[in-house]
Order: sequence, then structure tokens, then C-alpha cells
Amino acid sequence: MDEVFLAVILLVDATIRVATPLVLAAFAALYGERAGVVDIGLEGKMLAGAFFAAAVASSTGNPWLGLLAAVAASVALSLVHGFACITHNGNQVVSGMAINILVAGLAPTLAYAWFHQGGQTPLLPASARLPQIHLPGVEALSPIPIVGPIYREIFDDANVLIWLTVLVVVATQWVLTRTRFGLRLRAVGESPAAVDTAGISVTKLRYQAVIITGVLTGVAGAYLSTAHGAGFVRDMTAGKGYLALAALIFGKWRPWPTLFACLLFAFTDAVQVRLQGVPLPVVGVIPVQFIQMLPYVLTVLLLAGFVGKAVAPKASGIPYVKER
Amino acid sequence: MARGMAGKGFGMPGEVPGWVNYALLPLLNLLAAFVLSGLVILVIGENPLDVLALMVTEAVGYPEAIGYTLYYTTSYIFTGLAVAVAFHCGLFNIGGEGQAYMGGLGAGLVGLAMTGWPWPVVAVAAVLVSALFGAAWAWIPGWLQARRGSHIVITTIMFNFIAASIMTYLLVDVLIKPGQQSPETREFDPGTWLPSMDRALGWIGIEVAPSPLNLSFAWALACCALFYLFLWRTRWGYEIRTVGQNERAAVYAGISPSRNIVLAMLISGALAGFVGVNEILGVQHRLLLNFTGGVGFVGIAVALMGRNHPLGIILAALLFGMLAQGGGQVSFEYPTVNRELVMVIQGLVILFAGALENLFKPQVEALFRRPPKKNEGTRNEGRA
Repeated sequence: MDEVFLAVILLVDATIRVATPLVLAAFAALYGERAGVVDIGLEGKMLAGAFFAAAVASSTGNPWLGLLAAVAASVALSLVHGFACITHNGNQVVSGMAINILVAGLAPTLAYAWFHQGGQTPLLPASARLPQIHLPGVEALSPIPIVGPIYREIFDDANVLIWLTVLVVVATQWVLTRTRFGLRLRAVGESPAAVDTAGISVTKLRYQAVIITGVLTGVAGAYLSTAHGAGFVRDMTAGKGYLALAALIFGKWRPWPTLFACLLFAFTDAVQVRLQGVPLPVVGVIPVQFIQMLPYVLTVLLLAGFVGKAVAPKASGIPYVKER
Repeated sequence: MARGMAGKGFGMPGEVPGWVNYALLPLLNLLAAFVLSGLVILVIGENPLDVLALMVTEAVGYPEAIGYTLYYTTSYIFTGLAVAVAFHCGLFNIGGEGQAYMGGLGAGLVGLAMTGWPWPVVAVAAVLVSALFGAAWAWIPGWLQARRGSHIVITTIMFNFIAASIMTYLLVDVLIKPGQQSPETREFDPGTWLPSMDRALGWIGIEVAPSPLNLSFAWALACCALFYLFLWRTRWGYEIRTVGQNERAAVYAGISPSRNIVLAMLISGALAGFVGVNEILGVQHRLLLNFTGGVGFVGIAVALMGRNHPLGIILAALLFGMLAQGGGQVSFEYPTVNRELVMVIQGLVILFAGALENLFKPQVEALFRRPPKKNEGTRNEGRA
């Protein structure tokens, strides 16, 4: 019984660790899309964040400077996206795609030229990685059944960015529904003309939104290379940006359901690692690939209206032109 | 979605001369992309002009290089046409990658199954089956868009990942050559291979250097011609373009948008599927993982740069073919440059030719604007 319980706790712990970058990226996209700016460039921005975090952390030995660099790089890409889509009314999907391809090339190119390790950054020592937060009272609580192991395995020694992510989730829900900025943000994604008529700048709001997107994707990238991992490796995001996008849609562009979707997708990933080659009752061994594609299949089914109905913000993907 | 994709020239005739829209602006955007790429090369400590010179030499400087360049071009023509036909219907097909992957599966199954058949029969079968597989993979997102309103950009992205998972499963667990570690099928019977261009031209007495370029290049050019005839010379093409330009007008004209959306996606998927004929039957001669290597995404850039016209697509595919071949070779000469530099340039070209296509437009249009005709004066003042 104890073993099963511990296994479950470890599974939850793994889920949280896998979910963190997904949650950050999905919430990043949530700001952009609720403001009407579609962002399929999450993948590229995360990858840029991951690279610059690792590169700076490795050369300065300071992970916080790395985090700052990640955010700066990611925000810079966000501004490029904004410049193309908001200022020049460019196609948002094309712009996002371009950013993904650009960074998929740029990160290994720079890594190759700067570190001479075949497109990676050097392995980071523990001191150059973002710290885990040690909570008090682990020893004292440990003997207590259920509470003790949960406290020890899940809450203690969680990375500082995991706590930050929890904060982001709560703050996003609050900002979106309880603040003036949130109301305007949602309005600009539904009906920019109305916002414009009310004398509020659509351009400014959308830029604010993409900057938030940049900050959060930068943090997500830094998490991958300096918190979860210990250095940048080629293609380290491995489709997480798209998965986050799927989670956002699966969560119908709302904070709590999006969080749930991220946890669900992360859970399938955590289970998948443990299920490899293990025969299950009735169905036998499920090939890993079928579990891996589950989030994508679910998202398609949702978009098709077979599992609930996802309605995107009305003006997302459409550039706002005053004269129209 | 495809707003402005076909060039504003269609909607607003007489504003600027056609060549400004179709030649000058794309070239300016390309130039901007190359200048930034040069900066990246400077940052990693090399001389951009030297790298560029080497790239051009390695892409078109000698016969073998030209063969390689055209081999890359072949795949880019297929995916460029695939993206373009969807654009003409107002759809954004990001799923070229997955459709090409599935097309490769079709071509691979034909190659495995038709041992002993003469190559022309195998080639025709592979063209048909890869088209079928690619079209089937595009049909689902197309149908979902047409009937259920599911956003095709998202569904095609998801289908790229689903295709990747399915292919990994098939190659790792099902089609793998027994007793082998790497997930690949056995090699096809050499008699079924699609002849390379040097072999085919050898039959009629023309000597060219050996390269992966194969007969599918001729098929790609034929597809360009068929593409033109279909879109601009048939009723179906007219209907697809009408739906793309104005869905409501199409409905009033008695044209069914949903039927045309599905049709455009079927054609799009089939065209992307032909990449499999080039790669699998023409070059690799076995089915393997990740043989597409981003051709579906490059197709977007090709269609954007080529302004969705077959001639433009051939030119743009040629440019990207040169980039792929020349850029790949540069990495052998320069120790600090690796293959991914090509992706940097590709990304920048997509950014400038696609998303920032309006960057220089106001200034350039102001330079070349024709004197306004009667009653048109006020319209053109919009965005000075």
C-alpha cells in the first residue's frame, strides 16, 4: 500500500515538473490570444529563452542573470511579432512560424559558434542553476502518514520557478477578471473597434499583451534549461510550445481550464514514461507513440466540437485597421 | 486568412505597376532578410560576403551542385504548390509536413510491395498512392474546417504531430527491417527505384553529373503546369479562387464553400504527398524517420515569396533549394558555421517576405503610385 501511495506521489511530482513550462507557455499565449494576437511562435520564444538562459548562466555562473537574458530574448522576439502583426498588420500565423524556424536555427548556430560543443551549451553546475526552495519542517512532518510524504516529495525542494508559476496562474485569473487592464484585454480580443471607440489604444494594449507573452515564455525557456535541465540542448523544447497552444485551446482560453489541460497533458507524459513496455490489463502493451499523440488527438476532437465546444476570442488572428 | 496573399494588385488595379508588387517588393524583403542573415554571420565571427560567395558556388558553381540544388527544389515546389492551392481557397495549410510524411509512407509501401515490377509502373503507383495518403491526411482537417468550423491552422499543426507519432510507431514496431537497430525499412528492390536524372538523361545520350536529382523533378514541373491550368482555366479552379476571395460572394454565386474547402485541401495534401516520391522512391529507397526535414514549412515561405503563382513558386523553390544546398556545404568549410544557419536564413525570409510584407509597401507605393484617375484620388491617401 505504502509503495503504491509513494508511486502516486512521485507521479504527481513528475506531472508538476513537466507541467510547469507548459503552464507558463500556455498562460503566455492566453494573454496574447485574449488580446487578439495569435501566437504559434511560443515554441521559438521558449527555445530562445532556454538558450539564452543557459548561455548567460554558463558564462557568468549566475542563473538569475540567465533568467533575465531569457526574458529579454523572448520579449525581443515578442516585439518582432508585435511589430509584424500589430504595427504592420502582417499575418500572425506566418510571423509565429517564422520566429519558430528562425530560433530553431539561431539557437544551435550561436551555441555552436560560442561554445564549440556541437550546438549545446556546457553542462551547468548546480550553482549556475535556478535553486530549489527548501521548506522548513520536513523532518518533523515526515513521520505523519500521507501528509508527511506529500509534503516531502511534492512541496519541499520544488524549484523556485514552480512556485513562480503557481503565482502566475493565480495572478492571471485575478488580472483577467478583476482588473481594468484585464477587462480591456479581453475586450480588445473580442471587439477592438469598441475598445478604440472608447478612446483606448488597441495598439498599446496588444503590445502590452505580447510583452507579457514574451516574459512568460522566457521564464518557461529558462525553466527548461536552467531549472529542469542543466544546460541547453538542440531542439530542447521538442514541441512543448505547440502542446501549450493545444492546452490553451483545450482550456477554452480560460485560466483554470487551461491549467487543468496542461496538468492533464503533463500527466499523460509522466504516465507514458512509466508505462513503456508495461503490459496493461485487457489492452496489453500500448505503444508509447499512441500515448504521446493523445493531447493532439484530444485537441482536434475538441476543436471539432465532439468534446465540448471551444470558441476562440472573436478578433484573434485579425489585425485591427482603424479605417475598416 | 489569405488577406493580401495574392497581392493587393488583384483587388486594387491601377495603384502601382504590377512589377512593383510581384518583383520589387519581394526582392526588397529578400534583401532585408539577407542583410540580417549577414549580421548573424558577423556575430558568429565570419565574413558574410565570403560565406555568401561560397554558398553560391556550392549551390550552382559546378554540375553536381546544381543537381543537388534542383533535388531540394523539387520538394520545395511540391510543398510550395500545396500551400499555394490552400491559400487560393483562403486556407492556411501548415500541415504540409505531416502530409508529406504520410505521402512518404504511401510511396514507401508501394516500394516495399511492388518488388519485381518495372519502375514506370512503380512510379505511377507511387505517385497515385502518395497523393492518396497525403490527400487523406489533409482531408480530415479540411472536412473539420468545412463542416465543423475547426480552425485549420491548429488542426493541421496537431496533425503534423499525430503523423510523426504514427510514423514513429510504424517504423519502430511494424515496418522495421527485422534484426536491425535503426528504425528503417529494408531497402527497396533496385528495379523499382525512380531513376535519377543522370541515369534518365544517359538513356538519351546526355551526360550529367550524378546527384540525388531524379525524375520527380519533371513531375514537379508538370504539376506546376497542371496547377496553372486547374486554377485559372477550369471551373473548379475558378470556384476555389472565388471561395478564397470572398466566401459570401461564392455562396450567392451558387458555389459551395465547404465543398471547395475540402477539394482545395485534398489537392494540397496530394501535392505535399509527392515529396514522398522524390525523397523515398527517388533518393532514400527505403522508409525512414524524419525524411521530410521541414519541407512543409519551407513550402509556406515558397508560396509567400512566389505570390502563389506557379512561376513564382518555381523561382522561390529554386532560391530555397540553393539555400539548402549552398548553406549545407558552407558548414563543411567553416568550422564555426553549422547546418542550422540555413534555418536562420529561412526564418528571416519567411519573416520579411511573409509577416512583414507590408514593411516597405507604403514608401515604395508612394514612389511608384500612378497619377490617380478621376474619382480615385481620395482612396489612395489612406495610409501615407
